[in-house]
Amino acid sequence: MIFYIGSGLLIGIGLYGMLYKRNLIKIIIGLDFIETGVNILIISLCYVKGGTAPIFSLPSLKPSQMVDPLPQALVLTAIVIGVAVLAMALSIVVRIYDKRKTMDISKLKRLKW
Amino acid sequence: MISSICAPSIYILIIVLVLFMSVGAIFALHLRDLLSAVIVMGVVDLIAAILFLILQAPDVAITQAAVGAGLTTAIFVIAIVRSTRKEK
Amino acid sequence: MKRLFAILFPLLIIIVFLYIMKNYIPFCVDRMVVAKHYLTEGLPETGSTNIVTSIVVLYRGFDTLGEVTVLFLAALGFGAILEGAKKKTKEIVASPIVRISTRYLFPFIIMFGVYIFLHGHLTPGGGFPGGVIIAAGILLMYLAYKDFRIDHTKFKITESLAGIIFVGIGLVGLAIYGSFLANFLPEGLPRQIFSAGIIPLIYIAIGFKVGSELGGLVGEGLEDKE
Repeated sequence: MIFYIGSGLLIGIGLYGMLYKRNLIKIIIGLDFIETGVNILIISLCYVKGGTAPIFSLPSLKPSQMVDPLPQALVLTAIVIGVAVLAMALSIVVRIYDKRKTMDISKLKRLKW
Repeated sequence: MISSICAPSIYILIIVLVLFMSVGAIFALHLRDLLSAVIVMGVVDLIAAILFLILQAPDVAITQAAVGAGLTTAIFVIAIVRSTRKEK
Repeated sequence: MKRLFAILFPLLIIIVFLYIMKNYIPFCVDRMVVAKHYLTEGLPETGSTNIVTSIVVLYRGFDTLGEVTVLFLAALGFGAILEGAKKKTKEIVASPIVRISTRYLFPFIIMFGVYIFLHGHLTPGGGFPGGVIIAAGILLMYLAYKDFRIDHTKFKITESLAGIIFVGIGLVGLAIYGSFLANFLPEGLPRQIFSAGIIPLIYIAIGFKVGSELGGLVGEGLEDKE
């Protein structure tokens, strides 16, 4: 249950950062927090009481005492795609700073360059 | 590594880690110096990697540590070097 | 006013979320329906002792192909959007401690990354963290020496060849068995390095692809634009 509270707090703080902050870098930091929070939530749904990692490292491990391996494969993909999204967003931020010399989104009101 | 999360010592460790993560997340959005904010964000990602290890997921923990502490911080520092470092 | 709304809206979402999770989705409950088949039949069918690896490469291998495509598009877009930026970056000068220790640490970092993606079917890890560690090693060389430049042409050729090899292995499986990414190599004994069918080959291809892609991305961001 503590894991749900932790991931919920992280998603909430990321949402607050994306809604309230005016600097472009802080908005993208909030986006990263939301992605990390959702990954923690997905992994915490697959824990079995008294389970161990799903790797047959010793010959005496039985499949009945392992945690669920399927959400771990999903989160492995999701982490890498999070990096891809962050790289694209930050390249757009660098171009906006070159054109307008400001990092404040309340001053970027015109649609035309 | 067969262990139980409901043992009291591990439960206190998880509560302390979640507390550090939330306080760090609030600080990362509040600091004026953008480089310090990015470093605190790297620490939050590393604490998430420790939580993945407690939940018995070593593949995901290695990937999150490598990506969160290495590559995401590096890409943010590239963006800060090409723009301003101080907010306002 | 805006701050009040920005605090109340996430708080509302957190409260509703925790209420639903407490009453309807309990913690520590066994919910495995499909994964039971993967856990009991995974080792005899595929031969790899790491079940997460066999899911990522063999049982759900098409999603990994989609992820590799998304990463390729992101690196392409990063380079394309940053092409017209005209600011000269600041000089990064490192102290002698960083320079001397980087000269001795860089080969070991590359070797560690190769070890992680080569043993993907035996120990935790796999192709993606191995490639990221190689890119972190290249970043360390960029930060330590200010005259270090990578050859972008060679990195792009390596990345494209590794992607073609991945799709090529899938097509060979299509030719022999009639389905894309079928396992056509013998399984071998568990816990050996030459086992588990096509999993080591695909992870070597993914490791090279991700490593050269992210290394090129970091190099593109840190070089001066005239």
